[in-house]
Amino acid sequence: MSQKKPSFISNLGFAVRQKLVDLGHATRLFMQLLAISGSALKRFGLVRDQIFFLGNYSLAIISVSGLFVGFVLGLQGYYTLQRYGSSEALGLLVALSLVRELGPVITALLFAGRAGTALTAEIGLMKAGEQLSAMEMMAVDPVRRILAPRFWGGIMAMPLLAAVFSAVGVIGGWIVGVVMIGIDAGSFWSQMQSGVDVWRDVGNGIVKSFVFGVTVTFVALYQGFEAQPTPEGVSRATTRTVVVASLAVLGLDFLLTTLMFSI
Amino acid sequence: MQRSKTDLWVGLFVLIGAAAILFLALKSANLLSLNFDSSYKVTAKFDNIGGLKPRAAVKSAGVVIGRVEDISFDDKSYQASVQLAMESKYVFPKDSSLKILTSGLLGEQYIGIQAGYSDKNMASGDVIKQTQSAVVLENLISQFLYSKAADTSTPPATPAATPAPGSTDKK
Repeated sequence: MSQKKPSFISNLGFAVRQKLVDLGHATRLFMQLLAISGSALKRFGLVRDQIFFLGNYSLAIISVSGLFVGFVLGLQGYYTLQRYGSSEALGLLVALSLVRELGPVITALLFAGRAGTALTAEIGLMKAGEQLSAMEMMAVDPVRRILAPRFWGGIMAMPLLAAVFSAVGVIGGWIVGVVMIGIDAGSFWSQMQSGVDVWRDVGNGIVKSFVFGVTVTFVALYQGFEAQPTPEGVSRATTRTVVVASLAVLGLDFLLTTLMFSI
Repeated sequence: MQRSKTDLWVGLFVLIGAAAILFLALKSANLLSLNFDSSYKVTAKFDNIGGLKPRAAVKSAGVVIGRVEDISFDDKSYQASVQLAMESKYVFPKDSSLKILTSGLLGEQYIGIQAGYSDKNMASGDVIKQTQSAVVLENLISQFLYSKAADTSTPPATPAATPAPGSTDKK
C-alpha cells in the first residue's frame, strides 16, 4: 500500500474503509436499479433479449446437469436407503433434496458461471472501451439502458431455470430408481407425493431461486460496472463475479433454509 | 413494440419453465389429486396417535382405501380426534376397528382398518370408538420394566425404572 510501512491497525482500518465504500457503491447501484425498474420493464424488448441470452442459452447446461445430478442422487440415495429397507422412499429423497436445496443452489452456481461471467465481461469491456462513457456523453444513462434490462432478464430467467433443473433431476432420479434399479414406480411417486408439499417445498424453492437470481445477476453487473477498465481489471472482475456470487449464494442458502424450514 | 425472432424463443423458454413448475407441483407434490374420488368422512377417537400425520394412509389388508384428513384434540374426552376420508367405493361394517400401525421399522405411521361383523355399514359422520393406539416405545419399555421388576420383586429396581417412563404414561 504505502512505502512508510503503516501499522497493522491502520492497515485494518484502510481495508475496512475500502470494504465499506464498496458496499456503499453496491447499495447505491442496487437502489438505482430498483428505482428505474419500472421504466426498464416498460421497454420489454431489451429485457426479452436478455432473457433470451441468459435463459435460453443456459437451458442446455442446466438441463444436462440436472439430469446427471438426478442420476447421482438416485444411485447414492438408493444405496443408503436400501440398508434400512426403505428404498421406496427414494422418490421422496430425490424430489425433496432437489426442490428444496440442490435445484436453486446448483442452478445459481451454474448461472453465475454461465451467465454471470458473460455479463461481467460484457459490461467490463464496454467500460474498458469507453462505451459507457460515450453513452453518458449522449445523455443515455448506462444504468438504465445497459444494466437494468440485464438485471431483470437475469431475475426472470433464474427461477425458470431452477424449476427446469429440479424437474429434469426428478426425471433423472426416476430413470435410475425405477427404470434401471427397478423400484416400484407407484411407491416411488406416491412417497414423493405424500412428502412434498406444494407451498412449503416447491414454493419455497421458487422463492429461493428468485433470491439467488437477484444475487447472482446483481453481483455480476456490479463487478462489471466497477471493474478497472483494463484487460486485467476485466479478467479479475470476472473471477470475482464467480467467487463472490457463489459464496453469496451458499451463505444466503443457509440463511433462507433456516428461515423457511425451521419449525 | 416490434416483433422479433427472439420473441418465439423466449416464449418457448418461459413455456418450458412453466411446464417444469407445473410438473413439480402436479407430479411430485400432487396438487390435483387431493380429492381424486368422492369420499365419506368418519371420525375416530384414539387415546394416543403417536406420530400419525395428516394425509397418512388408511389401509385395509394393505390396500390404501382412504386418507387421514385432519387431526385435532378433543378436550372433552382427552382423546385425539382423527378425521378420515374414506373412498366411497369401499364400505365397511359399522363395528370395524381401527389401529395405528407402522410400515417397516422406521417407516411412517398409517391407520389399519379391520372389518367388523355388523350388517350396517359405516356412513358419513360416524364416530369410531373401537380403536387401538399407536405403540409408543417409552410405554412399551416401561411395561417391560414393570413386569421385570414384578418378576424379580427386588425393591431397588423399581424406583430407578419408574420416573422417566411413568411421567409420560397415561394408563
